Formats: sequence, C-alpha cells, structure tokens
Amino acid sequence: MKKTTSDMGPNRTGIATSPIDSADIFQAAQKRAPSSPGDGSLLLEVRKQYSLESGGVGHVPPPANLKGVAKTAVELLKGAKPTVFLDKLGERLAFERSGSRLYEGALAKLDVYGSWEEGPTQEGLERILNDELSHFALISESLTKLGADPTAVTPCADLVGVMSMGLPAVLADPRTNLRQSLEALLVAELTDNASWELLIELARGLGHDTLADRFQLALDAESEHLVLVRGWLASGITLEARASSPEELGAPA
Amino acid sequence: MRGARPSRLSSAVVGVPDGPALAVAIHRTHSDLVGHHGRRVASRLFTTPKEPDVALDIFQEKGVPLDRQVFTWKDLVRRPYSKLDDDAFTRVRVIYMNGIMADALRTKHLMARINGSLREPLARIRRVEHFEQTLINWLNPPDQNPLETTLGFEQVAIEVTASVALREPDPYLAQTYRFGLLEDFDHLYRYSALYDRLEGKDPNTITQSYTDIIPGRATSVEHRHPVDDLRRPYDKASAHPLTKIHAISITAAENQTHDYYMTVGPFFTDPVARQLYAEIAAIEEQHVTQYESLLDPSETLLEKWLLHEAAEVYNFYSCLAYEGNPRIKEIWQRFLDYELGQLHFVKDLFERVEGRDAASVLPRTLPEPVEYKQHREFVRKTLNAEEDLASNGPDYVRMADLPADHRSRVYRDQLNSEGSPSETVAAGYQWTPGTELAARVQRMGSTFAGRKVH
Repeated sequence: MKKTTSDMGPNRTGIATSPIDSADIFQAAQKRAPSSPGDGSLLLEVRKQYSLESGGVGHVPPPANLKGVAKTAVELLKGAKPTVFLDKLGERLAFERSGSRLYEGALAKLDVYGSWEEGPTQEGLERILNDELSHFALISESLTKLGADPTAVTPCADLVGVMSMGLPAVLADPRTNLRQSLEALLVAELTDNASWELLIELARGLGHDTLADRFQLALDAESEHLVLVRGWLASGITLEARASSPEELGAPA
Repeated sequence: MRGARPSRLSSAVVGVPDGPALAVAIHRTHSDLVGHHGRRVASRLFTTPKEPDVALDIFQEKGVPLDRQVFTWKDLVRRPYSKLDDDAFTRVRVIYMNGIMADALRTKHLMARINGSLREPLARIRRVEHFEQTLINWLNPPDQNPLETTLGFEQVAIEVTASVALREPDPYLAQTYRFGLLEDFDHLYRYSALYDRLEGKDPNTITQSYTDIIPGRATSVEHRHPVDDLRRPYDKASAHPLTKIHAISITAAENQTHDYYMTVGPFFTDPVARQLYAEIAAIEEQHVTQYESLLDPSETLLEKWLLHEAAEVYNFYSCLAYEGNPRIKEIWQRFLDYELGQLHFVKDLFERVEGRDAASVLPRTLPEPVEYKQHREFVRKTLNAEEDLASNGPDYVRMADLPADHRSRVYRDQLNSEGSPSETVAAGYQWTPGTELAARVQRMGSTFAGRKVH
C-alpha cells in the first residue's frame, strides 16, 4: 500500500535513464528520412473525409409510450427540437449515475488509505455520494415526466461516457490512493458544475422553469462538491510536499 | 558467445545435492555482465542482473507433475509490472510469453479437432496452459493502453526476432527471420508516429531507448500475394532442434500479434488509427502464413506437441535467465517447472503411442536462451543490406527484380489504391525525445528568454 504519490524511484521512461543509448537512437532517427513527406495534418485530412461520410454516433430514442408521445407533442411547443433537451438530460443522468460509483470507490479508498488534516471525511464523501444519487433520480424523473425513457443511452450520454472513461479506471485501480482518486473527482466535479449550468440555461430557454428551479438546487450542491474536493486535494498535495514522515500523511479511517 | 542461464533449475531438482546440474559452478562475474548487456550496463541507471551459467538437462529435470499445477483466482490476478519503473524487457517478456501460451492453446485446440484419441491429454494440459497464459497476460498494467501495449508487441517482434535470426543455424530460416524483422521494425515506427500524433506522447517512454524508432521496409510495400508469403519448411529429420523451437516460437508470437491487433483495432476513434491497425494486422496475417510454413508439415501431431512443449520450456528458461523483477522472475521459475512437468507428460505419451525415443526429437540440453537485449547494430546492418528484399514464392529477390505485373505488385497496388494508412500516419515523421511537439516548441524559442507566454 502506498500513501504517497510522488516518491523518487527507478522510473525508466525518460531519456536520462540511458543517455548513451538515447543519444544513439536520436542520432539514428535524425539520419533516416521519413518514407514520405508531409506532417501530422494528413491524419486530420483523412478524419475530415470520414466525417463527411459519418452518420453520427446514434439517435435520441422516440418517446417511451403513447402517453409520452402526447406529452412530447405538448413539449414540442417549448422548443423547435425537444430532442436536444432530452439528449442533454440523458447525458446528466449518465454522468450522475457513474458519479455515484466514483464516490463509492472514494469511500473504499478512504477505508484503506485513511485521510489527512483537512482531507476527505466519511461523512463528506457519503454526502456527495447521496447527492449524486439524488441528482440521478431527479433527471430520471424529469425524463419520465417528459415522456422519455430514462434507461436509454442518448448520444450525449454515450459521449460523456467516452470522455470520462478514465475516471472510474482511476478509482478502481488498487494502485491509486485517495489523493490520486481526488484528482479524478476534481475532473468530474468541474465538468458537472459547468454541465448543470448549461442544462439550466437550456431548460429556462425552453420554458421549463419548474425543472430549471429543481436543477438549480442540484447545481448549488455541485458547487459545494467542487469546493470540498478542491480543498481536500489541495490540503493533501500540500501535506505530502511538506511531510517529513509517513505518519504525518494520516491513518486509515 | 557467453549466454545467461537460469540461476536455479527446476524446484524438483533444487535440494538434490548430487544433481548433475548443480555440479556446474554457479558464479557471476563482471565479464558476464559486459558480455551479456554490452555497454548498456555502463550507460543505464538501472540494470538487469546477469544470471550464472547452468545447463538445463530437460530429460533429467522432471519439473512439477501435472496434477500439482494449480491456481486460484487471486494467484492468477497479481500485481502487474509497472509501466513507469520496470525495464522494457520485462514488458517484452510478458507480451512474448503470452503469445507463446496463446499458441500452446491454439495448436492444441486444432489437434483436438482432428484427433479423437488425444483429446483427453490435450484437454488436461491445455487447461493448465490457459491459466499460465492468464497469469502472464494479466501482468500487463491497466494504465498501459492498447497503443502502448502495441508498441511493446513490436519491440518483441524486433528484439526477439533479432536474437532468433542471429542464433538460427539454418541460413534460409535466418534469412526469413531477417526479412520479417525489417517489416516489424517499420511497424514500430508507424505506431510510434500514431502514438505521438494521436495522443501527444513519446513512444520511447515504452521502448526505453533500446530500440530504434526509424522506418524499416515500408509497411506500404510489405503487402504480398498469399503465394509469396509461403516458405520452404525445415526438414524434420535433419533440422537442428533450435531451428524447430525458433519456428514454433516466432509463429506463436506473430499469431498473437495478429490476434491482438484484430481485437484492439476497433477501439480507436481515429479513422487513420483504425486503418493502420487493419493494415498492420494484414501484415501479421502474412507473417503467420510465412512463419508457420517453415514448420515441417510431415511431423506427427504428437511430435509437434512434444516440440511445442520443448519450445515453451525453452522460452520460460530464457525469461528466467534475464528477468530483473523478482516478482516476475518467480513466475518464470514456476512456469519453467510446470512446463518441464508437461514436457515429461507428453514425452511419456509420445514414447508410448509412437514407440519412439523422445530423444530422437528433443535436444538433451536446452540451447542458449533468447537474448533479451537491444540489437540495434544488427538491425541497422540488416536494414542497410536487405531493406529492398521482396519474395517471389519462397525465394528472396530484390524488389526491383519483381516485374511490374508481378502478382504481389498487383495485389499491393490494389490495397493501396485509396491511400496508404502507414504512409499517412508517418508522413514526415522523425522521432524526437519528448514527441515532435517538443521539437516544434524548441523552434519557437525559450519562454524564459523572452518568448511571450500567451
């Protein structure tokens, strides 16, 4: 088990590990010409060609039931293209649901690695976990009220999954400690805050004021999460940078 | 040439005071280190220990009996090696041995499909080998993404094939290994360009300055008509045992490389990355065609099985000779013991069923181990002399000597007629420490010496 993250050791990734070999391979690379001229922009050209032929990643599903069809028809009045709102709701649902798993992972890290002065507490992490769960529930209910299927994966939900693929990987990796896990939580909270703001703007613009009011409560909670996570992380980094003994880095909860 | 050998023989033998193997002096000298690693010892901050010289008598060493070769899930899923701290050759060995064991299963499944009477013994050994492969493959760390593992695969194909080409007693087979080597050498360069340009990362952080990252025989010209990938097999009666072990091993490694690229290629979002994996997987399919055609098809199934077990023993023995990570080394030792047990199981079966002495097929002692070290000088010389080689059926010719309407030219031109992924990805690419972006920002001048930071 490793509580610290930045100790000196036998890292072999840099060229300084082997100066003679590194100089030798660099010289060889300089001497041998590429097999064709150009630069990295050719990759982008091919990507453009494929983009022109692309059909996107998928679609927003049709309403879940006939009642949904009727409701969606009503909601149509509130926006030229209501599927944009449904797509973004699907994205938040997916992110909040996955976010709950991140905090479960963080609690497990706390059990093993313990915390530090001004670091995360069991209560603090559990509170955020419960908030994430309630936000998942809020979006799920909102989608149902709009006649949409909250179990469907919308295009934006899929993409946010691709974007945040590394976050659960960091939390689930037994080699990472609680401080390293907080780095992943910070990424999640920063995105979450900005995304709730966008969702609220969209809801208000479409005239979904009741929903927007509920979402504002979620954003208020997310703002607090961000302050907490950033603070825990800052104190952890500062402590490790200053600590002279492992005992100063805290004990398992 | 002085080779490195395992420090400890089969655990079945350790503790037997008068065991013949233990009569050999075990010692470590500076000259061994220099002979083994060359100037790398002096030039590297961290070095891999050299092992003493001990001959391994595979008839004497019985290993661990098959019924004592057991696992648990916890045992199978262990702490992986470190992408940052472990030596690149530890990754090379893990990737290579996963390939060897994948082929142990692949070959035995094929045998079971065409031979009813061998199904039971095949199933028993295959199950253990499945778990050996699992334990080995699961040593790859989760922070090593598929493209990084790919760079490791190509380093295997360069350094292991170079060692094999240098040791191969049969000149035609040695030529074949050099021919394939120059192609895999180019793949490392193409994937490196992809890694740099797609992820903004330095491929040398994976290959650790052991291996050149420069163009080889251009991948775009490696595409050949299937008939031009077939080679002449060794003759089972006259071939040196090492020739057979080499052909089995390199076929295994290339087959796993093919399967890996076919598995991970679709995980990429970038179309050039998807194309590049499709393109290089096609070359790996050619390489499997090439290397497996070196195997004598007239060997009986049991003879092939026996030789495959010997190849597995030899390869674990080679890993053990060079491994510097004690946690991983303990695994090589354990599986060497397991494979010796399996070899003896198959040896008994072979002698019982075929009524032949296994010594007519197997060497008494194992040859010098695979050399897990850099082979830059050899690869550069080979590149200089043989870059422009092509094949016409099983024969090697100069590329320029192939007529314009040769089947392989027609085949290649068709495949490349809508663009070449390997040329696109590496257009103008020259490896630079810290990525080509490091070279670009260097040209912009120092931010501390007046260049504005925006």
